[in-house]
Amino acid sequence: MTFTTPAIEWAPTAPFIVVLGAAALAILVEAIVRTPATRRLVQLILSLVALLAALGLVIVQWAMLKGAGTVVLEGMLTVDRQSLAWQAVLLVSGLLGTLLFAARTRAGEEAFASLGAASPGSTEETLARRKGLQVTEVFPLALFAVGGMMLFTSVTDLIFLFVALEVFSLPLYILVALARRRRLLSHEGALKYFLLGAFSSAVFLFGAALLYGATGTTAFAGVGTGIVGASGLDPIILTGAVFVVVGLLFKLGAVPFHSWTPDAYQGAPTPVTAFMGAATKAAAAAALIRVLYVALHPLAWELSWLIWVTAIASMLLGTVVALVQTEIKRMLAYSSIAHAGFILVALAGLPDQAVWALPFYLFVYGLATLGAFAVITQVRERGEDGTVLGEATRLGQWAGLGRRSPWLAGAMALFLLSFAGIPLTAGFVGKFVAFGAAISEGGWPLVLIAVIASAAAAFFYVRLVVLMFLTDVPEDQEDAIAIDYSPLARVVVIVTAVAIVLLGVVPGPVLAAFENAGVLLIGAAG
Amino acid sequence: MDPINFVILACVLFAIGAAAVLVRRNAIIAFMGVELMLNAANLALVAFSRIHGQVDGQVMAFFVMVVAAAEVVVGLAIIIAVFRARQTISLDEPAELKG
Repeated sequence: MTFTTPAIEWAPTAPFIVVLGAAALAILVEAIVRTPATRRLVQLILSLVALLAALGLVIVQWAMLKGAGTVVLEGMLTVDRQSLAWQAVLLVSGLLGTLLFAARTRAGEEAFASLGAASPGSTEETLARRKGLQVTEVFPLALFAVGGMMLFTSVTDLIFLFVALEVFSLPLYILVALARRRRLLSHEGALKYFLLGAFSSAVFLFGAALLYGATGTTAFAGVGTGIVGASGLDPIILTGAVFVVVGLLFKLGAVPFHSWTPDAYQGAPTPVTAFMGAATKAAAAAALIRVLYVALHPLAWELSWLIWVTAIASMLLGTVVALVQTEIKRMLAYSSIAHAGFILVALAGLPDQAVWALPFYLFVYGLATLGAFAVITQVRERGEDGTVLGEATRLGQWAGLGRRSPWLAGAMALFLLSFAGIPLTAGFVGKFVAFGAAISEGGWPLVLIAVIASAAAAFFYVRLVVLMFLTDVPEDQEDAIAIDYSPLARVVVIVTAVAIVLLGVVPGPVLAAFENAGVLLIGAAG
Repeated sequence: MDPINFVILACVLFAIGAAAVLVRRNAIIAFMGVELMLNAANLALVAFSRIHGQVDGQVMAFFVMVVAAAEVVVGLAIIIAVFRARQTISLDEPAELKG
């Protein structure tokens, strides 16, 4: 047997190499730079430079791309406009997320534990805190996660998709466990996220193995043609296809595969929640599009019940349970489950429009998510002696925030209205194009439910807005809340707020760019 | 022996693993269930590769093994962190997150 060396096309793979290479380099920095403060600065600069460079490379490729795109690495990776659009969305989330990771309170407190390995309340923890240790590994971990997600959106091979899935999931499990405050909560969230995440990736992998068995290949296009050609293998093909889709729905956080979402969102350090909420959903939606449209397209009719049932269940459960939440991060987690339902609505019947509507939808959803959680990092409890403590996440504590800080509360209101899909915010345009996609393939009953669910969801978003602006601060609570302006978190809030207003008022140019992304390059089989 | 028997064995192993994750309340046992599921997938890949007369499936099994090893590292780290903080790894015990 002879082996031929695979040809590696460097130009289309450059963004991945830059991000993952910088992540590997950042691990070396951990070993070389000893002083925590310097190391943190080096890591931050390295991350930002790598992400900006990759974003620049993606934009250059977008401008230079001729035709539909290129299939590289022996058909493992497809770099087309669709993939480039998702890469840009993920890199923007990664950049804003990294800024939030680095944000510190005025007293210099970070969002992450000073020593991840020290148990909560132990002497080691006190010592580590006193010595000023910092877990700067969060920056390389975030880079690995972004790189893995970028691969996840572009890979066209089921096994490589599994590898990319784990490359971005494993760093996220660790990041979730690293909260500085409420560490038991953080550990518990990480444990649940890990076990369910590992379970879902095993389900995905078994599905991929079954599809390989039925079609003799794991390349998406080959699986697609193999499904058409295979006869008498229906049970294996169907089980495999359902397992693969279920594995991806887990990452999307759709009901009934959502149970990790509230725990991971609430337990994770808020910057991680922001990044995870924005980026994981985008990556999962991107992979779902590519798998459904390229590999499993012959099974569109058989799989439609799965999409319909999970879409309806996610919208209803997400909305209803969010109504009764009293914890703000948990409320936004259930709202993200409802949004997973809206994403699936766009995929009902596999309309052509969804291929460009979803990248736009997830772009604006990601911006609003990053902005909302950036606001949450700044609203903090104040102790008896006036020191600023952890984040104030009970809804009641947000009463009268509009009086304390009109701009911050105004930005939060904007993000919430964008989640709700109120006109003149970017969220409205996103929902409009996503639901329009579903209608074009006869999914109007789903869209009807989605519109009703959006209206019901608006209730709990507006409830928080009312709480912030129209409710007075309770008499004895005057000093209980501190607004902690961290410059970096403020940058994130301003950037996302401006982007959401701009995309809501003049969405035209950006929508036109995303419309170009609506072509999936079907790579050669094999 | 017909290689399809190995596929059937893989399906049985996968079902046992999935049942362990969903039913057992000990984090380590649940995690072992996940590992069993991954190995069932490996067995299926290798068996299918034999059926198709290719080496592709066997190469994929190597990738899966490496990923599974990385997953063990992260998973055990999280489980140990939980154990040191609480002296228990029961999945019912940590119940601070509700609702």
